[in-house]
Amino acid sequence: MGMTMAEKILARASGSARVRPGDVVVCEVDMAVQLDRSFAAVEPAKVARPDHVALVMDHSIPAPLVLDAELQRRARDFAHTFNIERFFDVGRHGIAHQVIIESGLALPGELLACGDSHTSASGALNVAARGLGSLEMISVVCTGRTWFRSSPTVKVVLHGELPKGVYGKDVFLLLADKLGSVEGHDVEFHGEAIASLGLDDRATIATMCTDLSANFALFPADDVILEHARTVADRPFEPVEADPDAEYADTVHVDLSELVPYVAKPDFFPHNTLPVSRLDDPVVIDQAFVGSCANGKLEDLRVAAAIVSGRKVASHVRFIVTPASQRVYLRAVQLGYVAALVEAGAVVTNSTCGACFGGSMGVLGKGDVCITSSTRNFKGRMGSPEAKIYVGSSATVAASAITGRIVDPRPYAQNAGVL
Amino acid sequence: MSAPTHTGVVTGRTWLFPDANINSDIILPAAWAQVRTEEEQMRFLFKNYRPEWIDQVRPGDIVVGGKNFGTGSGRPCAPLMRKAGVVAVVADTINDLFYRNCVNAAILPLECPGVSTTVSEGDIVMADVLEGRFRNTNTGAELPGAPVPPVLLDIIAKGGLIAQLRADGLVR
Repeated sequence: MGMTMAEKILARASGSARVRPGDVVVCEVDMAVQLDRSFAAVEPAKVARPDHVALVMDHSIPAPLVLDAELQRRARDFAHTFNIERFFDVGRHGIAHQVIIESGLALPGELLACGDSHTSASGALNVAARGLGSLEMISVVCTGRTWFRSSPTVKVVLHGELPKGVYGKDVFLLLADKLGSVEGHDVEFHGEAIASLGLDDRATIATMCTDLSANFALFPADDVILEHARTVADRPFEPVEADPDAEYADTVHVDLSELVPYVAKPDFFPHNTLPVSRLDDPVVIDQAFVGSCANGKLEDLRVAAAIVSGRKVASHVRFIVTPASQRVYLRAVQLGYVAALVEAGAVVTNSTCGACFGGSMGVLGKGDVCITSSTRNFKGRMGSPEAKIYVGSSATVAASAITGRIVDPRPYAQNAGVL
Repeated sequence: MSAPTHTGVVTGRTWLFPDANINSDIILPAAWAQVRTEEEQMRFLFKNYRPEWIDQVRPGDIVVGGKNFGTGSGRPCAPLMRKAGVVAVVADTINDLFYRNCVNAAILPLECPGVSTTVSEGDIVMADVLEGRFRNTNTGAELPGAPVPPVLLDIIAKGGLIAQLRADGLVR
């Protein structure tokens, strides 16, 4: 009996011959990524393998509160005390899951853990990547290992080709509609449509799988992934492929050819998404946000800038754009995207998680309605529990920022020449 | 002082949260991260959902939930619930990330399909994660649950992950 991608990685990392759903194995973690707030409760006295630890300042950067400044100081002390070389301090930082991809902190076939639930993002790179609580992350940093209980896997086969004007976020929102929650399961992607998805779109999908309660979310390592991995790798790596006779709890076939821009309504994702064109009444918005590990990438800023270029953000709307890393920010400046956004009336912040989790850089107040390309729409996620959060692609967000209500972005993308 | 959970069996008074998908923003709204101490952070538990709960919960109490209880972020819902006195979470299903955070916080997690419809708030219930048993002492109803795997029971038996890390000299 063969193994899935995740089972193979857990088997290698735990030194097991094979791993089946339900098995509890103790794994050496190839990379443990700590964050700015990771040392709030306790601080390590020992670090088992400093070369397998990274520190990325991301959630509240730069510090909005004295408490954040103090926690960041503690994080800095940790990096210096234990000689953590992979230290992405303020100024060379980004959202962790973006930095992981940009800087090769995880490579195909590896096992990565981080104290943030959207760690699944790196699954786009054929990495078994899992979010853990900050206490458990301290344990991983101290000992170099932790346990995993292997989950059954849902195989998702993507057919056809991604149409124009439709992006990774729309693919996820379609999956939320078709699959619903996959709690207790891993997700593994297959199918010819993957070739029509760039690395960024796959990262968006893998990131968002957490919000269908997936455990690991994995893509195969095709030429796109291998090429990226080779440009960032500082060590050998070995991708994993699912065995032809791997076992799956379920197989779902999804055709992307007819996909249209989708939106999630507030509060949750499973079976709560629909094509933008099918929203019953116009949804007037107060705030539009492009950002987060899911959709703060260069491509998101490119599309948003193109759509607003030469136009103005609706007078009643705040459009906030937060790039996913300093690297993305700099490229966006160099390519003119930031100027286009600011000229249209958008606010472009520095890179941080920020508004996505209601931390800073544009939290929502009571009664605010927001369309966002960030990760989560739980009540209260971005600030007031009496705000409403809709989720769509960055194109949908940008077009909505101009019109002042949630709209299908394709006519605007067409006019802007980005279709 | 909280009742010990290291034996893997507890009996206590229930608080019922029967809705499916009670998520991490419901359990611990974002503002928790703006205060410094666990005592202050604890005050945010269920603040926008059941604001009076934090003043009513007592050491030894048990939370009973519906499906996919605890879904969402890895924020410290479980350690703060433990600090507030919760000794077990018994739910139809428990989200995997929340489950491991319960283990690490020495809260007994018991997945027990159907439990949310067999408990009335205030019932005194018994949860046994060694054998995977649940009993409502008010109604006499018994339900099978999923035993916690032995390697995880070990963490609970030691009083949770911080206790284990301290005992091993790994944290300051």
